[in-house]
Amino acid sequence: MTSVVPTNADLAVDDLSAGPGDSPGRSTRLNLNLRSSGIYIAFALIVLLFTVLTDGDMLQPQNISNIIVQNSYILILAIGMILIIIAGHIDLSVGSVVAVCGAVAAVLMVEWHMAWPLALAITLVVGGIIGAWQGYWVAYFGIPAFIVTLAGMLLFRALTLMVLGNRGISPFPDPVRTLANGFTEGYLGNIGLGVLGGADLLSIILGLIAVAGIVVTQWRARAARLRYNQDVAAMPLFVLRIAVAAVLIMFLVVQLARFRNLPWVLVLLAFLVVGYSLLTNRAVFGRQIYAVGGNLQAATLSGVKVKSVVFWIFVNMGILAALAGVVFAGRLNQANPTAGNQFELDAIAAAFIGGAAVQGGVGKVVGAITGGLIMGVINNGMSLIGAKTEQVMLVKGAVLLAAVAFDVWSKRRAGASR
Amino acid sequence: MTDTILQMQDITKTFPGVKALQDVNLTVERGEIHAICGENGAGKSTLMKVLSGVYPHGSYDGEITFDGEPCRFAGIRDSEERGIVIIHQELALAPQLSIAENIFLGNEQSRWGLIDWNATNFAAAQLLSRVGLAENPTTPILELGVGKQQLVEIAKALSKKVRLLILDEPTAALNDEDSAHLLSLLRGLRDEGITCVIISHKLNEVMAIADRVTILRDGRTITTMDMAGGEVTEDRIISGMVGRDLDHRFPPHESHVGEEVLRIEDWTVHSPTQHGRVVVANANLTLRRGEIVGLAGLMGAGRTELAMSVFGRSYGIGITGRIVKDGKEIQLRSVQDAIKNGIAYATEDRKRYGLNLIEDIKRNVSAAGLDRLAKHGWVDENEEYKVAGEFRTSMNIKAPSVLSITGKLSGGNQQKVVLSKWIFTNPDVLILDEPTRGIDVGAKYEIYTIINRLADEGKAVLVISSELPELLGLCDRIYTLSAGRITGEVPRADATQENLMALMTKGTE
Repeated sequence: MTSVVPTNADLAVDDLSAGPGDSPGRSTRLNLNLRSSGIYIAFALIVLLFTVLTDGDMLQPQNISNIIVQNSYILILAIGMILIIIAGHIDLSVGSVVAVCGAVAAVLMVEWHMAWPLALAITLVVGGIIGAWQGYWVAYFGIPAFIVTLAGMLLFRALTLMVLGNRGISPFPDPVRTLANGFTEGYLGNIGLGVLGGADLLSIILGLIAVAGIVVTQWRARAARLRYNQDVAAMPLFVLRIAVAAVLIMFLVVQLARFRNLPWVLVLLAFLVVGYSLLTNRAVFGRQIYAVGGNLQAATLSGVKVKSVVFWIFVNMGILAALAGVVFAGRLNQANPTAGNQFELDAIAAAFIGGAAVQGGVGKVVGAITGGLIMGVINNGMSLIGAKTEQVMLVKGAVLLAAVAFDVWSKRRAGASR
Repeated sequence: MTDTILQMQDITKTFPGVKALQDVNLTVERGEIHAICGENGAGKSTLMKVLSGVYPHGSYDGEITFDGEPCRFAGIRDSEERGIVIIHQELALAPQLSIAENIFLGNEQSRWGLIDWNATNFAAAQLLSRVGLAENPTTPILELGVGKQQLVEIAKALSKKVRLLILDEPTAALNDEDSAHLLSLLRGLRDEGITCVIISHKLNEVMAIADRVTILRDGRTITTMDMAGGEVTEDRIISGMVGRDLDHRFPPHESHVGEEVLRIEDWTVHSPTQHGRVVVANANLTLRRGEIVGLAGLMGAGRTELAMSVFGRSYGIGITGRIVKDGKEIQLRSVQDAIKNGIAYATEDRKRYGLNLIEDIKRNVSAAGLDRLAKHGWVDENEEYKVAGEFRTSMNIKAPSVLSITGKLSGGNQQKVVLSKWIFTNPDVLILDEPTRGIDVGAKYEIYTIINRLADEGKAVLVISSELPELLGLCDRIYTLSAGRITGEVPRADATQENLMALMTKGTE
């Protein structure tokens, strides 16, 4: 008997036990809000904690810049990883893919003296092919992603060693190093900010444009929802939320502008976050990722091309891992055989701390970024106060466990009917 | 024959919201084969679960007396200790393990904590010869067909010194030859003094093998009949099984039947898991616009398999036959093909196959028709919200908003979300598999009203249901399916529960 054969009639009776009675109510909604916004509150509290512990050093311009640059490649990986985890899979190979793609980029740029844009493009294609390889085994051949990517972890580390041998390749061309490590130039000169001293005008203007963009899109979205008679947040709350976002962005930008302008990786990350948030929220493809992770059979029977969706998210992961590989190699100014070690663990932890569900079907790009930043802030803050490596690992492990435990606990409380 | 081995008295078993069994009485004599008959959902399996301790003492009301002693089983182990063994319809064998290992699973032949393989295999070989299975005890289960697996289950039961053997639909998945062998084996066991209780839908088998038969209906005992006198006929059993009357549970409706929209010709489907087994054989069906057609069949007849194989080959392998839509032959190789060609299938198991329970109503309603809401791959979320809101109103989905999580809705409202999803794809043909399973009477009426409305809009609706009154109250025409074959096509005017049940239990010629 296969599972689709009519089930025992008794099951139909059991069915009822979960049904009527528990109607959705107000408490559910509050719960959900806590579940989805808890991560941001936690992030704020952690930043606050370390700011106090470090006497404000945490939020110094240079330190903020460091946190962004030091975690950029993990954040890039986390974006790819969250899509894979939403679909109910996992990718353990990203660290090795980072290494092999860094090596490919180094060979192309340093040894073959290829123009860097072309070399970057080829590296991204190589990443895509690696992703396609793994996507094929997972989606079309039906091997669990855990196994395929565990094998990939070994395979691509081996490939890296075959390409590099026991040496590193350096130096990378300047533009690549700038992308990973550098800052926008002060094209428009500086502007005085009173007691804060001088700051880069271009950075400030870009920050203001970002804020204006948020205000306009949020306002238009709200207006459209009102036209469709949907519930929207009350005006004071709406204004408050935008104001908080604007203040945070401007604080960040001003601090960075006071130091050395905007890191290029921040610009890159901003584009990736906006692009992938749109993809997951608004695109048919993004919706299908959630459908596949939420209920595979229901998605199949609703006409979602499940295999193709899974295949392409692995291709995407490969491309992002290649990008992270180039950024990482550019930052070290060297491609070396041990690059990317354990990056997969950081990326996976970022996704789960950021609210992804273990069973799939749930997760947000912004959540994964926040999860990655939480770990980055813990790393940074604890090293500022002089904690030892083992203490940092201890805290990070505890945070990961606590985040997932919270998710499981809130789900059990909210969804008794599952 | 007044030596009673088992007496179940006034058994009542309640699930939240439903009385599955009400004051059921069952008396089984020593050394007889006792058949239990009833429609799907009549309570047969529940009764057997009460008897075997799956539902422990205290979770039901009533008394069980076995061999003169009252029984209060806390679990299956207790009942097996007394010699009561149940063999479920879905066999519970570990496919990778050998026959001998399966027979003694949980009951290992061991000395000082180590398994004595010689004793195990020797004892297994003896048991196999008792059930007439000529296989090496070390053969893995997965190399055996279902018929032989069934025999291994019986050998396993014998190893536990069985005195009362319960078989739930033992021949549902077997071919005629294996069925005949199994039945003769049961006769042999009876002659050895083992009492059998057999649940079966195949009335010809019941007639052939049973000494007495008890009929259940809607969780109550209807009657127990002695087969010896020759007065009991299949018709009498059927009338006992179905004897409900139709009251005002269906909205009045008159269909305006139009031209043919879908024709399925010579449709044959093979099982993907059991090599060579034909699940649907040479089926022919036609559906017309504005018409509600029923598909009746007992469990295992192949109803869902037929529907899903048509719906973009979602089930089965080796599918042959033709599908003609609006006079043109079409190929439906995938679910996408089926949706594009205006065919929708709402599953019988909405929680497992129908809904994304962690998502809200809005996203579930749009799941199958997302392309209709998207431009260049981008979803218009406001339009989606509006569409979902319209369905919430028109389908009367009781939820505070379309942002409510579907996992939290009641069965009836979940079903309305599933129907909304498929109606939104704007199909010409809707296949509804058990559309009212597990939902309360009020919601059923609403679902019937929706089905009538769909027919009035010119759609063809195929309703698969285990409840004959539902088909009789709803459908213009009813097909019957038995063991994968269409055994009848009955217009509403001629249909009665009795003649449908006779067609549904018709054996293969």
